[in-house]
Formats: sequence, structure tokens, C-alpha cells
Amino acid sequence: MIVAERKPFSEILSMVENYSKIIVLGCGSCVTICMAGGEEEVKILASQLRLAFKKDKKNVEVEEFMALRQCDDEFMDDPVLIEKVQAADVVISMACGVGVQHATAFFNRVITDSPTRIVPALNTTFMGANIGVGVWEERCVGCGDCVLEKTGGICPVTRCAKSLLNGPCGGSSNGSCEINKDTECAWHLIVERLKALDELDRIKPVEMYKDWRPSHDGGPRKIVREDMRL
Amino acid sequence: MKSGSNLERLLEKGEFVVTGELGPPKGPDAEVVKKKAAMLKGNVDAVNITDNQTAIVRMSSIAAAKILLDEGLEPNMQMVARDRNRIAMMSDLFGATAFGIKNMLCLSGDHQSFGNHPEAKNVFDIDSIQMIYMVKTMRDEQKVICGEDIEGEFKMFIGAACNPFADPFWYRLHRLEKKVEAGVDFIQTQCIYDMARFKEFMKQVVDLGLHEKCKILAGITPLKSVGMARYMAANVSGITIPEDTINRLRGAGKGNVANEGIKIACEQMQEMQEMEGIAGVHLMAIEWEHRVAEIMEMAGMLPRPTV
Repeated sequence: MIVAERKPFSEILSMVENYSKIIVLGCGSCVTICMAGGEEEVKILASQLRLAFKKDKKNVEVEEFMALRQCDDEFMDDPVLIEKVQAADVVISMACGVGVQHATAFFNRVITDSPTRIVPALNTTFMGANIGVGVWEERCVGCGDCVLEKTGGICPVTRCAKSLLNGPCGGSSNGSCEINKDTECAWHLIVERLKALDELDRIKPVEMYKDWRPSHDGGPRKIVREDMRL
Repeated sequence: MKSGSNLERLLEKGEFVVTGELGPPKGPDAEVVKKKAAMLKGNVDAVNITDNQTAIVRMSSIAAAKILLDEGLEPNMQMVARDRNRIAMMSDLFGATAFGIKNMLCLSGDHQSFGNHPEAKNVFDIDSIQMIYMVKTMRDEQKVICGEDIEGEFKMFIGAACNPFADPFWYRLHRLEKKVEAGVDFIQTQCIYDMARFKEFMKQVVDLGLHEKCKILAGITPLKSVGMARYMAANVSGITIPEDTINRLRGAGKGNVANEGIKIACEQMQEMQEMEGIAGVHLMAIEWEHRVAEIMEMAGMLPRPTV
């Protein structure tokens, strides 16, 4: 899933303090699961804002709303939501960066009389997994050319701090990465896994230069599935 | 000949070589490089020029290497994968050859989080093993990665590092093998203190015949103090320092610890000369360039051979 965490309250407040009609819009997908931008978090942020405005004796209306998925037109195309957004000065999106951008494009397409202002409440951090209670860790950078078959299901592009493709650097120590004792050395995990699988020979040949074109280096990536198009 | 460098020719002749190390200044002062170079001149066969080591901004290794050449020393230009993509690497390598630089060391590079610009974005377009393969292809096929021909002749004697005791320890031999397969000409190891353990490692290297496919230079760094020994053992991956060594330093008494450290290093250098598969030593006298002549003299390794 996409993992995100909420920005500090002061930063969010500074984005909206000059408006009087605010919508806090949560997202019911990834950020609900990672407890950053779901219904509960919308309630908390809205309450914090109301309190802050009340303290400053400002008359600001803060409304809460949820969209099941801000990155999908289908789940945004709700007449009640659109009407509320149209009447608001600003929407605080509690979705990931994808959701914020999609919501911006969506509302500005369907609401034509005035532009819609959307600000982010979260910092989108990574694609990762929940590896323990309250702990998430990055697992995929979306390089566009998966090597997991060769590396025992452990991604060196994502999990090695240097994205090395040919084994552990000289900084690996007691299973930890040189940059942080709490970060596992991906290559230590890989060679141990391959050894257990009796597949060490798979990484014997030199792994050649990676083609980074399917990764982020060519600007925004796009997939067009002709078989799915109408 | 791969590049015809002094280092290559000495190794080819079977001489026991000694390489030194010079860290460029944190600024543009050529005099700092010249001063350090003067201390090393005639005392070692080639000098490693570090490339922004520990991710701290310094004069570029290529520029410092050129100053060294002008001073009549032979540089071994280090290049890390952290700061350059393949385009910049190949471009800098052309420039290095144009300057007359004939040796290089292919390294991953310390992560930027250790340095003075931890906010920087790293590159790691290719890794150190791919770098070895890239330079070998450039030299042996006279082609850049994409397959286009190189204009003029590109020559380089290709080195890489090996940390024999980093974790996972059992995989280190495989990694060295991979560097050999990628086409490395010489290896410089991380500093060695545990001679017994290193002997074990070298036995495996020799059994696999890797020492015949590349020249191996053992890393030596004299210990200046008990504190330095403790710090390195605790903080540098793959460094273990035997208690005997620590006890010797401690036993030397106030004012004599550094000299004892040098004595130990000299003994190690002599022992390395006898070890099968070892073609030389890489003397990393960190910020101790002024004592290199003395160390080499004490180790009985002066004058340096010529070819």
C-alpha cells in the first residue's frame, strides 16, 4: 500500500488560516489502512482546526467528508461532495500525493465556475508494508523492472541504501546497513535467503547495468492498455 | 599492457608494490596537495586519491590526481558510484586519460548520510562491480556502454576494494570472485589487523586461484592510539583488532603508542611480503603522510624499485 504520515498541525494550519470555509476530505483506501488520512484522522484534524480557530476567535466553518478513493473518478463523483467543495474556500485532502493531484484535477474539471483550491495534509512517504503494530517499511520503489525473482523476494533497488545490484557493500555489519543499525542490510538478507534456497549461483554472474527508463527518470510514467480501452 | 602505469609494470615484473593514499583538501588549495605529494614522492609506487571520502566535499579526485602527475607522482584515481551517473563517469574517465591518469579504483562510495551534505540525493546509477565492467569494456573494446566507439585510445589499470571481514563474512570471497569476473586488475583491501584471520582468507583466495587473475594489495593503516583502535573496531565494518595488538599499544606507554603502532604496521608489511597471493600493500597513513618515509624505511622497503 501507499504509506503516508500527517504533516505537523502548524504546517496544515498555515495553509488554511486565511479561509473561512474548509472541507477536510479523507480517503478510504491506503491512507485509512496506514492510519494517516482515514475517517478517524479526518475527525481529529477537523477538531484540531475548529479548536485553533475558536481560540483565535475566528469564525471558520470546518466540514468533514470521506471519499472511498480520491485517486479514482468513480469514487469522487458524488453530487453532495461536489456541491460542498463548490461552496468551500479550500479542501484539505488527507489522501496521498496521487489522491491530492487527482482530486485537484477532478474538482477543477467538474466545477467550472471557479477554480478549486486543494492543499495536502499528508506527506506521502513510500510503498510499503505493515511489518508490526504501528510500523511500516518501504518495500518497492516502483522501478518498473522487477528483479525479485533473482534476489529471493527481497528488493535490492528499494532496500539497499545504494541500490546495489551485485551484492553487499563493505559497510554491512551484523546484518545491518552502514547507514543505520535499525535498517537490515538487504544484501545480507538476499544472500542468506539464496543460500537457504541453494540458489546462490543465480547471483554469480555480474548483474549488468540497470535500464532506469521504466523507473522515474523519464518523467511521469504511463500505461495504456489497448485491450481495456473503449 | 593495460595502461602501462608504473603500478602495472611493477606488478607485472613481480615487484612487491606499495601504494599510498592522499586525501584532497576541503577547498581549492593546490599547495595542500603538493605538500602531501612531496612527503610521498619516492616512498610509494602510486598514490590513491580519494573521491570525496566519507561523503565530505573535497577537491575532485581527478583534479588532485592531475596535480600529483605534475609533481611527478603516479596517481590511482578513486571514483565512487554515489555522485555520478554512467554519463559523467565515462566523461570523467576520458578526461582522466587525457591528463595521463592510468590507474583507477572503482568504489560504491560511503553513503551521503555520513558526510557534510546528508540532504543530498545520491546517484548509484551503476554499482562498483558494474563500474569495473564498464571500464574494462571501454579499455578492451574501446567502446562506451551503448556500444559506440571511443575516439582515441582509452587505457586504464582497473582497481577495486575488498573488505574481507565485512558481513556476511562467508559471502566476501564470492564478492571478490565477482569483481574478478567483472575484470578487475588489482584489489586493495580494507585495513587488516587480524593477520591470522587474513591468512585464512588469503588461503581461500589462493585455493580459488583469484590471486592469479588479479593482484591483491593488503591494506595497512598504522594505529596512532588505543582510542583509534577501539573506535575503528567499533565503528568500521569488517575491522577486528586482536587484543594482543591493543595490549602492545597500551604497553608502549605514554608518548610511545604511535611509534609502537608504526612498528606493528611495519611488521605486518614484512609479513605480507611472505604471504602467498599478496602482491603488495596499500599503506593508508591517514593524515600521517609526513611519517610515510619513516614507515617505509623502517619496513625495509626503500628505495622503491623502478621499471
